[in-house]
Amino acid sequence: MDLNFDLIASSFPLLLAGAAITVEITALSVGFGLLIGCMVGIARLCNVKALRYLANIYVDFIRGTPLLVQIFLVYFALPGITGSRVDPFFAAISACSINSGAYIAEIFRAGIQSIDPGQMEAGRSLGMTWAQTMRYIIMPQAFKRIIPPLGNEFIAMLKDSSLVSVIGFEELTRRGQLIIARTYASFEIWMCVALIYLVMVFMVARFVAVLERKFETK
Amino acid sequence: MTKEMIKITNLHKSFGNLHVLRGVNLTIAEQEVLVIIGPSGCGKSTLLRCMNFLEEPTGGTVAIDGVVLKNDSSINDVRKEVGMVFQRFNLFPHMTVLENLMLAPMKVRGVKKEEAEATAKKYLEKVGMADKAGAYPEQLSGGQQQRVAIARALCMKPKVMLFDEPTSALDPEMINEVLDVMKTLAHEGMTMIVVTHEMGFAREVGDRVIFLYEGNILEEGTPDDIFFHAKEERTKSFLSKIL
Repeated sequence: MDLNFDLIASSFPLLLAGAAITVEITALSVGFGLLIGCMVGIARLCNVKALRYLANIYVDFIRGTPLLVQIFLVYFALPGITGSRVDPFFAAISACSINSGAYIAEIFRAGIQSIDPGQMEAGRSLGMTWAQTMRYIIMPQAFKRIIPPLGNEFIAMLKDSSLVSVIGFEELTRRGQLIIARTYASFEIWMCVALIYLVMVFMVARFVAVLERKFETK
Repeated sequence: MTKEMIKITNLHKSFGNLHVLRGVNLTIAEQEVLVIIGPSGCGKSTLLRCMNFLEEPTGGTVAIDGVVLKNDSSINDVRKEVGMVFQRFNLFPHMTVLENLMLAPMKVRGVKKEEAEATAKKYLEKVGMADKAGAYPEQLSGGQQQRVAIARALCMKPKVMLFDEPTSALDPEMINEVLDVMKTLAHEGMTMIVVTHEMGFAREVGDRVIFLYEGNILEEGTPDDIFFHAKEERTKSFLSKIL
C-alpha cells in the first residue's frame, strides 16, 4: 500500500498538540491522585476505624469499576444530580484523578508497610506522635521505594487518558479520530498516534529510571 | 529508702490466646540497674516493651516516676522520659548520625537547632562516635550503630533507659564497645532495665537480676545470687546453657 506522507506531515503538528493535552491531563490527574492517594493510603493504615472503612470503600469501588464507566458517571450521570452540564475538561481531570488516587493509595500503603516496624517503634519510643513519626521517619523512606510504582502509574494513566476521548475531550486519541473522520487515512494516523504514545512512555520510563538512581545514591 | 522509678503491678499481656505475662509485680528504684534474663519466649522483651507501652498491657498497671501509663496522648509525655535501645538499633537510615540525634529533641522537646546540635555532639563524644556525626547509619558497623542509638536515646535526657537485648545482633568483637558505654551510664547513676545474657555486664554493674520464666518472675537477687547460687532448678538449668 502507499503511505500518504503529505498527510502525515500536515497532521503531525495537530497530533503533537493533542499529545501535549494528553500530558497535561496525565500530569494533573497523577498530581491530584498523589494528594488523594497519600491521604487515603495513610487512612487505610490509621487506627480510626471510620476513616479506614471509608478509604477501603473508595479504593474497592474505583478498582472494581472500569475507568470508562467512571468517566461516564462524572460526565453523564453527575449532571442528573447537579442539573448543570459538566465541562469535559473538568470531567476528564476529576475522573482520572479519582481513579489514579485509588491506585496511588495502594502504592503508598504498600510503601509504608514495607518500612521496618522498628522505625515506627523507634520514633514513638522517643516521644514523637504517630503523625510526627509518619512525617519525619516513615514517609521519607517510603517515598524512595514508591518511585518505581508511581512511574508505572504515570505511564498507565498516560495511556488510559485516551479514554476521555469518548466524552469528546480533544487529547491525542481524539485528535487522531477527528483527522481520520476527515481523511479516511486510518493506517497513517493510528500509526502516528501509537508512535507518539510510545515515545512519551519511553521518555517517562527513562525519567523515572534517572530519578530512581538519584535517590538510590543519596 | 530510695525513690521508686518504675512500679509494675499485676501486669498481664496476652497476644490472642498466648498469655505471655502472667501477673508480674516489679518495683525498680531510681539509679538501679536491673537485668532481666530468661529463656526465649518467657516474656522478657514484652515486659520491657510494656514499660513504655510499645505493647499495651492486657491487665495491670505500669507507673513511671509516679505517672500511670495510659494509651492516650499522655503516653508521649512519658516516653520522653524513657529512652529505649533496640536489638536491631533502628536508626533512621535516611538521616545522618547527627540528624538522628537532633530530630526528637527538636520535634518533641521543642529544643532549638543549635542547642540540639550541641547536645547531640556532647553525647556522640560520650559514646566515642564524635567523628562519625556526618555519616549515614549504613556506613557504620553494628557496634557503632548501637552506640549511636544509645546516644540518640540520651539526647532526650531520659530518667530511665530500657535496653532490649542491645548486644544480641552484634558480632562478638563489637559487644564490648557497647557494654562499655552502658557501664559508664550505670556508673553515672542512670536507672537502667536491661534484657541481656551478658553475665560480665550483669555482675559488674547490675544491682539486681530477675529470672523470668513462663510470664512471671521465678527468682530474683543480686547477680552473684542468681548466677552462682540459684535456688530454682529452672534457673540453674537455664544458666547452665548460657554460661
